Amino acid sequence: MKPAAFEYARPADLAEACALLGELGDAAMPVAGGQSLVPMMSLRLTGFETLLDISRLDALKVVRDEETHVFIGAAVTHAMIEDGKVPDPAFGLMARVASKIAYRAVRNMGTIGGSVGLADPASDWPCCLLALGAEVVLAGAEGERVLGAGGFFLGPYETARDPAEIITGFRIPKLSAGARWGTFKVARKSGAFSDSLAIAVLTAEGEARVALTGTLDHAQLLPGASAALAAGDLAAVREAARAEVAQADPDADAYRLRCHVATVTRAAEEALTMEPRR
Amino acid sequence: MNAICLTLNGEELREQVEPREILADVLRDRLRLTGTHLGCEHGACGACTVTIDGVPARSCIVLAVMCDGKTVETIEGTRTDDIMNVIRRHFHEQHALQCGFCTPGMLMAARDIIARHQQPDEATVRRELSGQVCRCTGYMGIVAAIQSAAAELHPAAASAVCANS
Repeated sequence: MKPAAFEYARPADLAEACALLGELGDAAMPVAGGQSLVPMMSLRLTGFETLLDISRLDALKVVRDEETHVFIGAAVTHAMIEDGKVPDPAFGLMARVASKIAYRAVRNMGTIGGSVGLADPASDWPCCLLALGAEVVLAGAEGERVLGAGGFFLGPYETARDPAEIITGFRIPKLSAGARWGTFKVARKSGAFSDSLAIAVLTAEGEARVALTGTLDHAQLLPGASAALAAGDLAAVREAARAEVAQADPDADAYRLRCHVATVTRAAEEALTMEPRR
Repeated sequence: MNAICLTLNGEELREQVEPREILADVLRDRLRLTGTHLGCEHGACGACTVTIDGVPARSCIVLAVMCDGKTVETIEGTRTDDIMNVIRRHFHEQHALQCGFCTPGMLMAARDIIARHQQPDEATVRRELSGQVCRCTGYMGIVAAIQSAAAELHPAAASAVCANS
């Protein structure tokens, strides 16, 4: 029994879960896969009076292929995304990102909502959702709230989610045919949390977004590198990244800075050289 | 204490657990299913891999209380599994174990790799095994065993690969 003692509740539906969370506030924590939360509790890095098991709520398993967006429920596992069991709004980008998260046995249990809710600075989904311009959908006692991914990640393990809210899923704009993307991750070993992860998306309409995470406080968009990518200028992406990563990761030593510049450049290079997706 | 009901290795089981009890600890300490090994105890080494509802999971980072109503299989439950027995024979023939500590997790992972990839190449097996640590570093034999077991279990997939190359 490694974690400190806590109470366990398994609400029957989302309404009950929101009501319970509204009552308990930040003394309670929702858990779905628990693949980061449970080891953190075992290591006594964190602890809660109550764990709210939301892994079985049907409302969080909803997947909708809409005209302009794909909605992916928070309790969808990394493995389901890796295996293409949910529609991919980005022509395989999400499957690629999923396949590089931890290990298969972890991906079978871990969920996209849990990863985003915990907001480990080195986790993959926050970076991916930023690059895709996604929105986070939250449910609380007062109803639903939709936040852009851009304003959602505030710091290490810190998000704009109110302690009484539950992430229900993500609205992710569909890329149109002709879009391109690239991603590059540096980790000490395959499956480990990244030192640096960059994801670059270049839409068919000419818009570009480059997101970076790893040793930063939290995943963030790099506007300069994004503009350079939109202009198709790889040398300018590298130049912009040099200035932006120094700001994004102020504590970084020379290795970490070079590492971030390299992942940004390689992600942008893959996007620029990729056959446009259909 | 919370009452949980599991289908464990094919048998119905009722148990009282504290919410903070980890599945691996319940399996080992309480149910004496010590084939599930604990190495790192934080999800990095893979020694404790079991299946939950048919897919591999790390029993050291899963709460037993969250498995209520689910089906859990440990290495002990695979004794009569024909596929696992083929994999076990190949582990034997290819010298795929030295101290044996990682072996239960390796076997659970191996069966899943073969089920998903049919006839995996070496790079695929190595990538898929990146979450299973063998501190004897006996990976050569383990990779060979998984590939040869896959060839025996999925001969059609093997010939398809040959036909394509």
